[in-house]
Formats: sequence, structure tokens, C-alpha cells
Amino acid sequence: MIVIVDYRAGNLTSVKRALEFLGHQCEITDDADKIRAAERVILPGVGAAGATMENLRALGLAEVLRRDVAAARKPFLGVCIGIQVLFDRSEEDSADCLGVIPGHVTRYPASIDGRALKVPQIGWNRVRQTRAHPIFSGVPDNTHFYFVNSYYPLPADPEVVIAESDYGVQFVAAVASGRVIATQFHLEKSGAAGLKLLDNFCRLTF
Amino acid sequence: MLAKRIIPCLDVRNGQVTKGVKFAGNADIGDPVAMARHYYEQGADELVFYDITASNERRGIMLEVVSRVAREIFIPFSVGGGLRTLEDMRAVLLAGAEKVSIDSGAVRDPKIISEGARAFGSQCIVLSMQVQKTGVRPGLESGYEVVIDGGRVFTGRDAIAWAHEGARLGAGELVINSIDRDGTKAGYDLEVTRRISESVSIPVVASGGAGAPEHLRDAFMAGAADAAIVASIVHFGEYPIPELKRYLKAAGVEVRDAIQLEVEAR
Repeated sequence: MIVIVDYRAGNLTSVKRALEFLGHQCEITDDADKIRAAERVILPGVGAAGATMENLRALGLAEVLRRDVAAARKPFLGVCIGIQVLFDRSEEDSADCLGVIPGHVTRYPASIDGRALKVPQIGWNRVRQTRAHPIFSGVPDNTHFYFVNSYYPLPADPEVVIAESDYGVQFVAAVASGRVIATQFHLEKSGAAGLKLLDNFCRLTF
Repeated sequence: MLAKRIIPCLDVRNGQVTKGVKFAGNADIGDPVAMARHYYEQGADELVFYDITASNERRGIMLEVVSRVAREIFIPFSVGGGLRTLEDMRAVLLAGAEKVSIDSGAVRDPKIISEGARAFGSQCIVLSMQVQKTGVRPGLESGYEVVIDGGRVFTGRDAIAWAHEGARLGAGELVINSIDRDGTKAGYDLEVTRRISESVSIPVVASGGAGAPEHLRDAFMAGAADAAIVASIVHFGEYPIPELKRYLKAAGVEVRDAIQLEVEAR
């Protein structure tokens, strides 16, 4: 079973609908035992880093994700806020995060060379695949994906970066470390390309 | 670089898509779910649905449409029309919309913008404003006035000031719909679009008046819009979305290439 971690955020159901469209059984749950028993775990969602971490801790799920998912080498997919909370900390709400991948999360600058940058980034941006990874199997390089974000990750180890994009600055759009994979863009809202990545994740063998 | 978005607009009345001129004389033109799927497959970047049903049963009918659409298309879409409370917004978001679009309700009760942003995040809250050029006068420094209730009620409120107020209250995006241009196919109102887009730090969507591919180019270039709403130009098959995108790309506008992949519903 694939589980979608329920931490009281928005858009969990849109990921479920996308998985169901693809024919994958899944369940939205906050039950630690179900997450431990799952074959694969997805942490999607929109929201702020502080509130997300508060909810994960209050539900007892921060430790489950750290110990029983990431450290136990269970296939994990983080989407949007789900990539940001993987790092040590986020500038958003000065939140201490899961620390699964070393690094931190920073905000886009308010302006670039004196020109105002609209933050959040809302829309479709090209994603450069900087390292071959099976999550991108069948998806052409420089395909557009849908982003809604004000913050982006700065991994300590550049080796974890698998894709980048540009929004005023060059930024990390996807990371992979062992069986932990995460994207800043919304797979469930990125049309056929997003569905393809979701499908790839559900079929990946490690 | 972010692609400029093309957003087909579907006015839905009693569960059917209609298209009117200046808010009068609507004719039913199709099933919203079938049309949504068509535009999704053609490479639309986003969709917007406005519920223009007048009856009391409206909410249920529209929520059913939203939830059917959400099971079939996997791009963002927003839903507007008569949303007045947090509960109205929550129902639409839970049914599967990515964003809610608020309009007259926000003019009457601006705190709905900040409450919505706090409850669901700014990225969910689209402030849609109907504007009409009524001339510069005291209190209406831009000459553009906010109009509500489908173009029937003039508020005396300056459109640019209202755009700034909406952004300050937490709207994540602004739709600037020109009443003068709506349904005319004469092109977007570039002046008001540009003046707002260049003075706020959130995306601005041009709306009302698209009749030819160059109107979209102008909205993105001269109008500084981040996205453009289209209706008649695509509803009646004059310019399919791939053709609009080819034109824009050749004109130097960054657009998203819609790709076809082997992903099938199973």
C-alpha cells in the first residue's frame, strides 16, 4: 500500500486523485502503524514550514518519518512543502525541520538587479535534469512543471540535486538521496509530466 | 523563466458551460467536464470556472462539477462565483479546486481575503475584479472603477487602489477583467493590466477581450500580464490552444510546451 501522510494540510486529496487515476491504491492516513507498514510513503501538501512541522510533531509523525521511513530506507516522495521539511531547517518561520537531508531552505530574493521578483513563484517553469534519475524516466529534459513556492532548498551536498530551475536565481527543483526523492514542483498539478513522475515513483525498484 | 499562462474560462450555469457578451445573452455551449478535459489535453496551463447559476441549488450543482473535473484533469483550476464565506471556499477546495476566485463578495467584505489567505494560504486566493474605465475624478485617480454584481453596480472604488488593497490583504493573484472589453474580441485593456501588474508583487491575470493571438502577445508584453484568460477565442474553435502557443513562441513569449506522455488511466 502507498500512504499519503495526513498532517492536516491542503491538497492531500489531489495527490490521491492523481494516484487513483493512475490505478495505484493509496490511503491518506496519520496512523503511525500504517505508515510503518506502507510499501511507499508520500508527503505532499501546501503550507508553511512552521505549521507543517508543528502538525507532524503533534501527530507524532516527525520521528516516524525520520526513523521508520527515511532511516529504514522505505521509498519516500516529498512534494512541495514535502521537499522543504526534509532539510535541517527553513528560514520560513525559522522552523527546525526533519534533518533527513543536510542543508536548509531559503527565500527567493525580493528583487534581482533592481527589478522586483514576484514571490511566491506561481506557474509553470522548465526543469533541467542535472543528473540522470529513474524518477524522470520517460520525461524529456527541460519539461515544464507547476510550481507554487516562496522558498527553495539549499542542500549541503550538491550530489543530492537531480534537477534545477530558474526563477530570478538558479534553484534546486528536485533532490534524491537513496530512497528519499523530493520535488519542489507539484506533481499532481503538472499535467502528463507530473503524472509520469508519480507513476515512476510508484513503480521504482531500488 | 516562468511560462506565461493561457487560462480558458468556463462560465457554468446550472451545470452547463455558457458564454455571454457583456454578461447578457448567454447560450449553453457544452458540458464543463468534457470541455475541461479537452482544454487539458490541448495544453491549457490552468482553467477557471465561474458559477453564474442564480438559483439556490447552485452550490451543490457546482461542487459536483468541481469534483468530477478534479478526477480527470491534473492542472490547477480555480472556481469563482458567489463565494462569500470561508465555508464556501473550503467546500470548493475540498472538492478539488486549487484556488478560489472571489469578486463582489470581497468588495463588500474585504476581510474575506485575509481570512481566506490565513486559512488556506495566499496561493489559494485569487482576487478577481471587474473594472470599467469611467474617467478620472476625485477618489478615482486612475480613471478605472471597480464594478460588482456582474457589471451592474458601480462601487466608486479606484481599481488600482483596490488591487493594492487586495494584495496587501493577502490575495495570491489578481484577475483584472475589463467590462469594456469582455466579449468584444477587441483585445485586453492593456493600460489597466500593465499599471496594476507593474505595481504589485503578485501575479496579474489579464481578462476580457481576447479575439486574436496578437491580443495575448500584447497582454504578456505591453500589458506585463503573467497569465491571460481566454473564452470565445477558444470555445468556438477559432484558435486552438496549440496554435495560440505556437504564435506566442514565435513572437518571443515563453510558453509551456504541452507534452504527450505514455500515462494512461488504468
